[in-house]
Amino acid sequence: MPGNPPLVRFPPARAARLPSGLDLRTVEHSGPPVVTCALSVPVGSASDPVDHPGLVAFTADLFDDGSVKRPSLELHGALDRIGARLGTEVGADSTTVSLTTLSQYAVEGLRLLAEIVSQPRFDPLDVERVRDLRRSRLRQLKTVPGAVADRLLLETIFGPHPYGHLGLGTDGALASMEAGLVRDFHGEAFRLGPATLVVVGALSHEAAASAAAEAFTDVPAVPATSVVVDAAAVPAPPAPAGRLFVVDRPGAVQTELRIGHLGVRRLTPDYHSLLALNMVLGGQFTSRLNQRLREERGYTYGVRTSFDCRRAPGPFSMDGSVQADATVETVTEVLGEMSGIGRDRPVTADELALATAALTRGFARGFETAGQVARGLTRLLIQQLPPDYYDTFVPLVAGVDEAAVTEAALTHLRPEEAVVVAVGPVEQFGTGLETLGLGPLQVVDA
Amino acid sequence: MLDFQKHTLDNGLDVILHEDHRCPIVAVNLWYHVGSKNERPGRTGLAHLFEHLMFEGSAHHDSGFFKPLQEAGAALNGSTNCDRTNYWEVVPAQALELALWLESDRMGHLLPALTQEKFENQRDVVINERRQRYENRPYGMVSMALMAALFPPAHPYHWTTIGETADLRAATLDDARDFFERYYHPANASLTVAGDIDPDATLALAQRYFAPLPTGAAPPALTPPSDQNSFDAELGKRLLLEDRVELPRLYLAWRTPALFAAGDAGLDMLAEVLSGGKTSRLYRRLVHEERVATDVSAVQGSRELDGWFSITATAAPGRRLTELDEIIGEELGRLVADGPTDDEIERGLAQVDAQFVYQLQTIGGFNGRSDQLNAYNVYTGDPGFMSGDRARYSDSTPAVVRMLADRWLTSCGRVALSVVPEGATADALHGSSPAVVS
Repeated sequence: MPGNPPLVRFPPARAARLPSGLDLRTVEHSGPPVVTCALSVPVGSASDPVDHPGLVAFTADLFDDGSVKRPSLELHGALDRIGARLGTEVGADSTTVSLTTLSQYAVEGLRLLAEIVSQPRFDPLDVERVRDLRRSRLRQLKTVPGAVADRLLLETIFGPHPYGHLGLGTDGALASMEAGLVRDFHGEAFRLGPATLVVVGALSHEAAASAAAEAFTDVPAVPATSVVVDAAAVPAPPAPAGRLFVVDRPGAVQTELRIGHLGVRRLTPDYHSLLALNMVLGGQFTSRLNQRLREERGYTYGVRTSFDCRRAPGPFSMDGSVQADATVETVTEVLGEMSGIGRDRPVTADELALATAALTRGFARGFETAGQVARGLTRLLIQQLPPDYYDTFVPLVAGVDEAAVTEAALTHLRPEEAVVVAVGPVEQFGTGLETLGLGPLQVVDA
Repeated sequence: MLDFQKHTLDNGLDVILHEDHRCPIVAVNLWYHVGSKNERPGRTGLAHLFEHLMFEGSAHHDSGFFKPLQEAGAALNGSTNCDRTNYWEVVPAQALELALWLESDRMGHLLPALTQEKFENQRDVVINERRQRYENRPYGMVSMALMAALFPPAHPYHWTTIGETADLRAATLDDARDFFERYYHPANASLTVAGDIDPDATLALAQRYFAPLPTGAAPPALTPPSDQNSFDAELGKRLLLEDRVELPRLYLAWRTPALFAAGDAGLDMLAEVLSGGKTSRLYRRLVHEERVATDVSAVQGSRELDGWFSITATAAPGRRLTELDEIIGEELGRLVADGPTDDEIERGLAQVDAQFVYQLQTIGGFNGRSDQLNAYNVYTGDPGFMSGDRARYSDSTPAVVRMLADRWLTSCGRVALSVVPEGATADALHGSSPAVVS
């Protein structure tokens, strides 16, 4: 059997402050001639104004629709010519715009990234087109069972809390968003004072720093304003208005299930125990829930659990799509495992060994590409983790014992509070779900 | 572009080795040259169901395949398409031997551990996979309708890899055993080991674990039937599918050359000109300028025996599929008349070049370097065909791309599938008849 985890260190990053004030982190990464540049700001969907849910993601979506210098298609022509891959990721607490290109085009890539993030055009015609596309997307998601279930779970667990809505927002809010609003919001929310630029690739620190300094020279890193919401400073969400929510899809062959409750914040001191707990419960193929529901019963292609740990407590949830006639049994099984793992069926030594070995021995796989390293570094900064986080990861996971997992289960899994969201043919499971003691069944629209 | 060694063991197994010591990990990648094209009507879906059975244990390790590998820190998976089935593990360097042993045991000794119970359980899982990924998903049944319309019933691409539910239910343990005997042996497989390895030691390990396995007969090459589905001389074939969707979507498809055949790369370039990025012709007109569609994509889907080219566009709210069809027709007509510009081809080549480099970033997993080496080896016999593959694109001049659009995207050879919300059959293109899918 394999021995100790290989000694792999997350590649050391160098920090610099650009003349514009922007915080720069670079990693020289050997390998194919590729460079990934990622600019992240601590502004995510949680910072959506209360009357404009969806504004952060909408603004970010418009970044690449032209700049002050050139209209949308010209900008995309420039991206095409350097074979660039542009990605915008809007999370609850942060937004990251990343550009990957061949290292020979690093300078041009950084210039384009700066142009995209700091000087978006917000042409009224583009704003209107992208708004319509996003409204169409919302409409289409109503027929995607998983998307309906995800949205309902968030709304149920978080209510009016900044985590209680999708990044896409609502149709009514989108309908009211115009160029002026977006331009003003961009000026307030996407300031580069609290931003970080990460550059990883076949490029020296000096070369990256000088290219970045030049690219961002006209973009002073001005401090953020109070528009930016820190979800951790907002009161916790109120208790959900019920525990059993269903969306009827008559005749559907499966039920899309979410079972969850308010989870835990990223900086929880027992994070590593929580990781091990999740692996055993539903976080990997060999987890208890996947073994039971897929490999023994054959009810599903697979189920998983996750703690979405954010700046403030995010959701814990079990996600899965199960054959419709197994809906009630699946809910019972999931609630039973959530309860059992902290009480009458605590994690065994074998289960824990498998979970921690998978986490520690699999550690090295995460740092192979420039994109992975850039993501790893960005995550560290966004989540406010200590600089030696990756160096301490393996020993801290390896030190988790059975008692710590049981403690984490008792603290962070609350089956008696869990909300059940089921999107499927209600005639097949509605009555059955009502017998589980979860209170009245509430039928809601997609 | 990639350094490698290729060896062929006495039993016919190809072993390809590729060194890269930047990260202490090793990719094990194993291809079996069998896919849904090797199935017979009445037993569709068997190749993919079989892939599932490969994870359920073998004679000398008769419990789950995942556990020992996850315990060693591996990531692993497998997939099936119409032409091949692949399996891979990415492991810390010191777990290479474990991965090779497990792969060899299931290649040589699967059947003693394969039980009726495992077979039935994984059949249920696959039927649920089909429900989740096809039946209960918007536009999810399209691939079944398109493949059946493009390829005649006797053609191995007439059915999709997931198969028909009735066939999955009819399949037996004996079918699975027979499938294993016929296709799962060293002479029908290609093993690539890439990453932090010593090539000599790794070859010795491959010899140790795989050389003792008995060889089998290489399956005969398939020859697709020459007959065609009957198409209307003017309209081609028009179909409609009602689905639980909000917006109608149009799928246009044509039969085209196979993977690596003459014209294949040029059709990739055509797809790039039509829908690669926001400056592409179809995106610009349909989504950006006229806003009649919410998205559009064009793909040359080339496979070993045959190819197909498809264009997909979703109608914006209140717009009709006939409008989309007319604009697409105009743009194709313009391309056939004038060809793409030099600038379009240059940008297309920049994308292709970048893509070839991006694909080199990972050694393992789907489309990683080990998977690419195996793909080139299985389809061309030369793991180093990457440079030849890249060269095909340089030959795709504007004149070539124009000629290919003219030659292949004809109206009489076109399948047009309208997917419309339930009850809204009037939204389909004129003259469409219902597609039969189950």
